[in-house]
Amino acid sequence: MDSELTRMTAAGIAALVAAGEVSAVEVAAAHLDRIEAVDERVHAFLHVAADSALRAARAIDDRRAAGQPLGPLAGVPLALKDVFTTTDMPTTCGSRILEGWRPPYDATVTGRLRRAGIVILGKANMDEFAMGSSTENSAFGPSRNPWDLSRVPGGSSGGSSAAVAAFEAPLAIGTDTGGSIRQPGAVTGIVGVKPTYGGSSRYGVVAFASSLDTPGPLARTVLDAALLHEAMSGHDPCDSTSVDAPVPPVVAAARQADVSGLRIGVVTELNGEGYQPGVITRFTEAVELLESMGAKVTEVSCPHFGYALPAYYLIAPSECSSNLARFDAMRYGLRVGDDGTRSAEEVMSLTRAAGFGAEVKRRIILGTYALSSGYYDAYYGKAQQVRTLITRDFEKAFEQVDVLVSPATPTTAFPIGERADDPMAMYLADLCTIPSNLAGNAAISVPCGLAPEDGLPVGLQVMAPVLADDRMYRVAAAVEAALGQRRGHPLLDEANGLGEARPGQEGRR
Amino acid sequence: MSITREEVAHLARLSRLALSADELDRFAGQLDVIIAAVARVQEVAADGIPPTTHAVPVTNVFREDIIVPPLGAGVVLDQAPAAEQGRFRVPRILAED
Amino acid sequence: MTETITAVPYDEAIARYEPLIGLETHVELGTITKMFCGCPAAFGAEPNAAVCPVCLGLPGSLPVTNRSAIEYTIRIGLALNCSIASWCRFARKNYFYPDMPKDYQISQYDEPLCTDGWLDIVVDGIDFRVGIERVHMEEDTGKSLHVGGATGRIHGADYSLVDYNRSGIPLVEVVTKPVPGTGTLAPVVARAYVTELREVLRALGVSDVRMEEGSLRCDVNTSLAPRGASQWGTRTETKNVNSLRSVERAVRSEIERQAAVLDAGGRVIQETRHFHEESGLTTSGRSKEEAQDYRYFPEPDLVPVAPAAEWVEQLRATLPELPSARRARLQAEWGLSDLDMTALGNAGALDLVADTVTAGATPADARKWWLGELSRHANESGTELAALAVTPAQVARIAAIVASGALNDTLARQVLEGVLAGQGSPDEIVAARGLAVVSDDATLLAAIDAAIAAHQDVAAKIRNGKAAAAGALVGAVMKATRGQADAARVRELILERLGQAYPLRDP
Ligand SMILES: [Mg+2]
Ligand SMILES: [Zn+2]
Repeated sequence: MDSELTRMTAAGIAALVAAGEVSAVEVAAAHLDRIEAVDERVHAFLHVAADSALRAARAIDDRRAAGQPLGPLAGVPLALKDVFTTTDMPTTCGSRILEGWRPPYDATVTGRLRRAGIVILGKANMDEFAMGSSTENSAFGPSRNPWDLSRVPGGSSGGSSAAVAAFEAPLAIGTDTGGSIRQPGAVTGIVGVKPTYGGSSRYGVVAFASSLDTPGPLARTVLDAALLHEAMSGHDPCDSTSVDAPVPPVVAAARQADVSGLRIGVVTELNGEGYQPGVITRFTEAVELLESMGAKVTEVSCPHFGYALPAYYLIAPSECSSNLARFDAMRYGLRVGDDGTRSAEEVMSLTRAAGFGAEVKRRIILGTYALSSGYYDAYYGKAQQVRTLITRDFEKAFEQVDVLVSPATPTTAFPIGERADDPMAMYLADLCTIPSNLAGNAAISVPCGLAPEDGLPVGLQVMAPVLADDRMYRVAAAVEAALGQRRGHPLLDEANGLGEARPGQEGRR
Repeated sequence: MSITREEVAHLARLSRLALSADELDRFAGQLDVIIAAVARVQEVAADGIPPTTHAVPVTNVFREDIIVPPLGAGVVLDQAPAAEQGRFRVPRILAED
Repeated sequence: MTETITAVPYDEAIARYEPLIGLETHVELGTITKMFCGCPAAFGAEPNAAVCPVCLGLPGSLPVTNRSAIEYTIRIGLALNCSIASWCRFARKNYFYPDMPKDYQISQYDEPLCTDGWLDIVVDGIDFRVGIERVHMEEDTGKSLHVGGATGRIHGADYSLVDYNRSGIPLVEVVTKPVPGTGTLAPVVARAYVTELREVLRALGVSDVRMEEGSLRCDVNTSLAPRGASQWGTRTETKNVNSLRSVERAVRSEIERQAAVLDAGGRVIQETRHFHEESGLTTSGRSKEEAQDYRYFPEPDLVPVAPAAEWVEQLRATLPELPSARRARLQAEWGLSDLDMTALGNAGALDLVADTVTAGATPADARKWWLGELSRHANESGTELAALAVTPAQVARIAAIVASGALNDTLARQVLEGVLAGQGSPDEIVAARGLAVVSDDATLLAAIDAAIAAHQDVAAKIRNGKAAAAGALVGAVMKATRGQADAARVRELILERLGQAYPLRDP
């Protein structure tokens, strides 16, 4: 029963708990056992909160016993990216500078999860302050891809994706600033969603790039992602950039799973050269599949998407250079070199040098450069103009089609260490995902098979207009259902990084 | 456009990062490549294109002038690297001349 | 760093150089809560008791703008004749400092909420229109206590202790345009501007404008150019100017110092200087640090502020009568000369007199009491007029009793003493002390005859036609009746008694 519980969907678990066929405590315990068994190898978690998880689970069981209504995800375990503040667990953002920090407040998302009866198992690993595409930038060591432990699970929400793909949790929450949910989702064979900017609250999310950061769900199915999307989203008066509008009907859309008559645009610029052949193969198949299900597919050009990556690597570092200034050793976190002789400035500089990793330092310096007087107009200012051009590309495209599609990533999961010393190569991992961060619209990555050459998962990205998040769920759910039917079993059954591919299934393609 | 080791050292001081000589060398090389790549934004960002600072345009988000109970000194000082007399203790603010 | 230059006497400096001044005034708004969080903005909490994740800059926290702070700022802008931006943003001003929790200040940079206004002042009968460059919003920092150095100064301290209660309190910064043509009046114009600005802010009710408590803080910019020069000189910015008197002294001492630098063939350095209350001098605030680069950029955590025209008009409708208009109206209503008005203003008595008039006194009576007896009291006790333990209503009541004839001025002064000593209301004191003017002739004649008997020589003089000598007898009668007599009637009766009666009264 235990191993079956960890293989179930969130919707399935919630139904069993609600029916009283299994207790939330049993569910939590099964997942804590699973973490115990595999996380030494996967390293998805920075902190496992067994006691508080079991306590939260018991509260759900008590509520059920008392006949109180339970939410649609009550009793379902979840891995929370370590960038969300939590009063009962440390929040480190994968950084030495915050090691051991106990926030005195819960993030809005954290609070919503608790109120929805979702059981937080612990804090998931991540690239330091969400900067990276592999979790190799975590100060506490990388997470590993359950498909191949020598490869990265993507990033920066790599602990979240690894936890879900390794069956340590059916759900996880990540943040997506340049692709940090969709890219790890894609390379671990799960669903990753970046909601519309402002659709989910940033309050209590330790900021990387404020104008881009978007919390969102990771799950093994599109419906599970939609259920979590609804539970975590909605207007938050504590976040001035939070959208004051109803959450789009994503759960209904995921159940609808129908694309007939939908106009789908293939983005010309997110295809072709520089992409791994197997990624293109699976992507092309998925597009054909959509067409066969009644969608009208056309090609749409978004001429400025090629400038998204350079614009992003000016905007995100600029904002981060300011956002991360507060880690100055004065009020919380690490303090280095305070021996009574040194000035505050020296202690700040020594602490930040010791507490931040190389990628964080690189981006702080890049952002400081882009914002400094004399360079602002040429860099930050121009990047903000490019942002306008990309938004206009999207607006024009969405006049012609309902959604846009592309591969989620140019390649499948790369080996740990391969790009560690080459920042530019690492930055390419987010080539396809960045445009939606710059324009703020919604986007999802849904698995569309394995690349023939390496047997690793490929993600299909579906992009929808601002606040039309439901549209992309419709498409993703349709693809998921059609491919699942063709395959005959869940894609993750084929993952063998932990030596547990399900016997009786055909091998990798 | 290229960036020198001295410029990186200046930026590091500005951003309060006591970088080692090694780091300065490495970052200078890497940032040179990155800046050359990101400078491509200048190719298309012509005059007259308005900048976008907020992805989703919203204005006038305010809170009412009503007190929300604060955290309290005990809670906030609990996480301080050093505290004294109910205050955060910080190293001396001016460097010695 | 010691500066060895000897200041040039002020009159000599002004004879050779033309000063240009400008002022930046920070005003703490009197909102209930802080600029971007719901923490109480009031003074006096225990250290770090009024802080939350937002004003402590904790990771993950986000600002949300206080609507009242925006409204106060727009009202200030309107009162200073500014244009209100139809769309503007907050910006981040990036620099590291231990008392600034996020290591950036949320401020406004190139898009202030209010721009291009003015404030009129009068100095020595000369009108000056001080141009207002901008009025913008920002947040205050925490407060540091310096430990280990001499007299709690930041220089030489071993370490500092920071209280973040003040962090995030809304500030408005009012920046003037450079004020030309002030000449020798520059220091007084600077002071008059701050005084008038304070009056405006007080009338608006947006701040308690207490310079001593730091709720109103001034930076003074000063530059000199040789008379007849075609270009303005380099300016310095003097900080830490914490009283109206200091504003005047700071400008004056900067003029004297800069003149000396220029006389010696030197160059004035553009820098921040600190004013010292004890010496009245400024010293360089330059550090060895490289030039600041604040790396301003639009605050991504806040959305733009776009006040609709209707909102601005609603706020305009809430503006009170502004101090200059009110002064003009009162002057006309009370029929006072410019000199009288200036005297009232200098004594800080304008509001007290106005309130006394409102409470029923005539303008003449109200002025007489506040500028006379009460000013003397304030001077003797070294307090402000407004701080005396008497209300305008009580003063008006005393004036009313005198007008009714029930008390004379001498008795009224006794009543006032009683009120100031906390013995009760004017009527209570009159009753308790049994004070009343004695105008019953029979009683008065008895006292007069006694006085004549005691002062035969004086009586003789009066009989011989020297009516002026009657004063001595009046004094004696007043003494004998403990001041309760009607002095005018006493005089009449004395003259009558001694055969010098005027035909003033019918018998
Ligand atoms: Mg300022
Ligand atoms: Zn606060």
